[in-house]
Amino acid sequence: MSDVLSAPLVVEFPFTRSLGPVQSAFLTGLRERTVLGVRTEDGTVLVPPVEYDPVTANEIRDLVEVAPTGTVTTWAWNPSPGRDQPLDTPFAWVLVRLDGAGTALLHALDAPGPDAVRTGMRVRIRWAATRTGAIADIACFEPHDGEPGATEPAEHTGEFADPVTGIVTPARLDYVHTPGRAQSAYLAALEGHRTVGERCPACRKVYVPPRGACPTCGVATAEQVEVGPRGTVTTFCIVNIKAKNLDIEVPYVYAHIALDGADLALHGRIAGIPYDQVRMGLRVEPVWVEGARHPDHYRPTGEPDADYDTYKELV
Amino acid sequence: MSKEPVAVVGIGQTKHVAARHDVSIAGLVREAAVRALEDAGLAWSDIDAVVIGKAPDFFEGVMMPELYLADALGAVGKPMLRVHTAGSVGGSTALVAANLVAARVHRTVLTLAFEKQSESNAMWGLSLPVPFQQPLLAGAGGFFAPHVRAYMRRTGAPDAVGSLVAYKDRRNALKNPYAHLHDHDITLEKVRAAPMLWDPIRYSETCPSSDGACAMILTDREGAARSPHPPAWVHGGAMRSEPTLFAGKDFVSPQAGKDCAADVYRQARITDPRREIDAVEMYVPFSWYEPMWLENLGFADEGEGWKLTEAGVTELDGDLPVNPSGGVLSTNPIGASGMIRFAEAALQVRGRAGEHQIDGATRALGHAYGGGAQFFAMWLVGAEPPPG
Ligand SMILES: [Zn+2]
Repeated sequence: MSDVLSAPLVVEFPFTRSLGPVQSAFLTGLRERTVLGVRTEDGTVLVPPVEYDPVTANEIRDLVEVAPTGTVTTWAWNPSPGRDQPLDTPFAWVLVRLDGAGTALLHALDAPGPDAVRTGMRVRIRWAATRTGAIADIACFEPHDGEPGATEPAEHTGEFADPVTGIVTPARLDYVHTPGRAQSAYLAALEGHRTVGERCPACRKVYVPPRGACPTCGVATAEQVEVGPRGTVTTFCIVNIKAKNLDIEVPYVYAHIALDGADLALHGRIAGIPYDQVRMGLRVEPVWVEGARHPDHYRPTGEPDADYDTYKELV
Repeated sequence: MSKEPVAVVGIGQTKHVAARHDVSIAGLVREAAVRALEDAGLAWSDIDAVVIGKAPDFFEGVMMPELYLADALGAVGKPMLRVHTAGSVGGSTALVAANLVAARVHRTVLTLAFEKQSESNAMWGLSLPVPFQQPLLAGAGGFFAPHVRAYMRRTGAPDAVGSLVAYKDRRNALKNPYAHLHDHDITLEKVRAAPMLWDPIRYSETCPSSDGACAMILTDREGAARSPHPPAWVHGGAMRSEPTLFAGKDFVSPQAGKDCAADVYRQARITDPRREIDAVEMYVPFSWYEPMWLENLGFADEGEGWKLTEAGVTELDGDLPVNPSGGVLSTNPIGASGMIRFAEAALQVRGRAGEHQIDGATRALGHAYGGGAQFFAMWLVGAEPPPG
C-alpha cells in the first residue's frame, strides 16, 4: 500500500568485549604476527583457540604456535564486498587450515577472480601494516607457493608484553522499518494536528496510538476514532537526570496522559507549569511546534482537575 | 502418570560486580556452572541437557550467545536450549529446565542465566531509535516511576516506605558474599538523602548494573537421593504473560502476576501465603516494587503491602523476610536476576544461605518479572519432597 510509511532504522553500538585468558593470548599474538591455537585433550589443535574442550568440557590452556601458511579447505566468492569487510575489492571467503592446525580459520583471500581460487590451494597470511590485537591484524590471505610450515606446532606460553585484554567491536544493523497501516494512518492524521485512534470491534476500547489489532481480543481494528485533543494526566514522574541524546532541561515532567475518548494513556512531557505543581488529574492539551511529527509537549488547559474516579481505571 | 518430583541439588553464582574485565562471557558462565556442579557433587558427564537464559542479545552484542557457550557448559553432544522472556528470563529458564525433569524427558539438567552488562549499555539496548515513534523521554526509571506514584496515590503509602526497602536490602546484601553492592557505611539517612532521579524514585532506590551468572542443577528423585547436601524440592512453578500495553492494564498489580502466583499456590497447596511461606525472593528493581508485589503475590490485601514493609515484617528477622540475599536492588545482572531469586529461595530451604539464612525456612517463593510487566515466572520450593 502506497500510504504505508517506511524509513531506515540503523542500530549501531561499540560493544566492549572482555577477552579472558585464551582470546587475549590469541589476539595479542596476532599483533605480534604470531598465530596461536590450543591443543585439546585428544591432541587436536584448534585455531582460533577456545577456552573449553569441545569433547571433555574441561578447561584447556595448552597453547601452541602454528604456521602463517596453510591450505584452503573450502571457499565462496564474494563479488560485491560490503561495509567493513576485510577487502574493498571482490575477494573469496575462505576457510584456511594453517599448517600445524587441526581446524580451519575463516578469513578473506585476495585473488583476481573465482577462477584463481580452489580448494586445496596454498595460502599465507598478509599481515596488516598497523596491528592492534584484532582479527583484522590478518589483513587477508594471499596465494603462496613456498615451503609449507611445520606440521608439528611449537609450544607457546601465550605470554606477551602489554597483552590486549579487551577489544571494542562496533556492530551495526541496517533495517528498513515499516510502521504498518494503522500507525501510518495515525501519523497522517497527526500532520493535521488530529489524534486518531482505532476502536476494537469486540471490546470497544479505543487504542491510541493504534497498532491495527486489539492486544487483548486478538482481532483487527479498523474503525477510526478521533480523540483529544485535551486529556488528563493520570500519573507522572519528575525527571531530574539528563538522558543521553535528549535536549531537554531538567527537571521536567514525564507524564501518562489519557486523551479524552482514549482507553489507555500515552506518554508526553508537561510544560507551561512549574514542574512541582504538576499533579495527577491535571487537564492538559498538546502544544505543536513547526516541523515536528508529534506534539512537543502538553500544557495545562486551565480547566478544573479531573476527579480521580474519572480516570483511575486508566492509571 | 504423575509428574516426577524435581529437586534442586546444585547452586552456583559468581561474585556479582560492575564489570568482570578478567573473563569472557564463556569464562563467566563457566564459573557459576562449575560451582553448581561442585555443590551437587556431579561432573559434566552427569548432565543430560543444558537450558540457558539471558536478556536481549543487544545487552552484549553477541547474537545467540548460547551457540558459542556450548563448549563452556559441557553441552556438546547434548540438547541445549535458550529461553528468552526479558527480565523474567532467569525464572522462566529454571522452570523450563524443571519441566524437562518433571516430564521425565531428562534426569539431570544444568540451567544457567547470565548477563555481562559491562559489555554494552542496557538502556541503549532498550531504546532503539525506531522511526516515526515519539522518542522516549525518560531513562530506565522513567518507565517505572509513574507506576510507583500511581501505587502511592492508590494506597496512601507514605513517602518513607521506598527508602526502608532500599535500606533493608542493602543491609541484607552485607550478609551475602555474592551480592554486588556491599555498602558497609549505609544508613537510612543516606538512603533518604540521595537525589531523586525520577521523582518519586531516588538514586538509592534503584538497582545497580552488574556482571554475573547463576546456575542450578535440577534432578529427579534418584538424583536427589545421591545429593551430598539437602536438596530443595519444587512444589509449584508457573509462568504467565500479558501484553505490555492494553486498555485496562494494571501496571501497579498486573493480572498476569496475580494469576501466576495463584497457580503456584494451588500446585503447592498454599492457602495462606503470608503464614505458610517462610521467605520470599522477589524481583524488586526499584524499592517501591516490594510493597507492590506483596499485594500482587497475595501476601497483603490490596493497599496494605506498604504496611508490612513499614512494620518491619519483611526484614531479615521479620516474620515474612523479603529478599534476604539483598535482592535485585543489590545485584542486577539482568538475565540472571530472576534465576538468582529462584536459587536464593532454594538456598533458604536447603539451609545453605549462610549468613542470610532464615532459621527453619521450609518453604520459600522465588519470583521474577520482566518486559513492561509483561512476563511473570515463579516457583515455590520446599525442604521436603512434594506430597503424593
Ligand atoms: Zn478488544
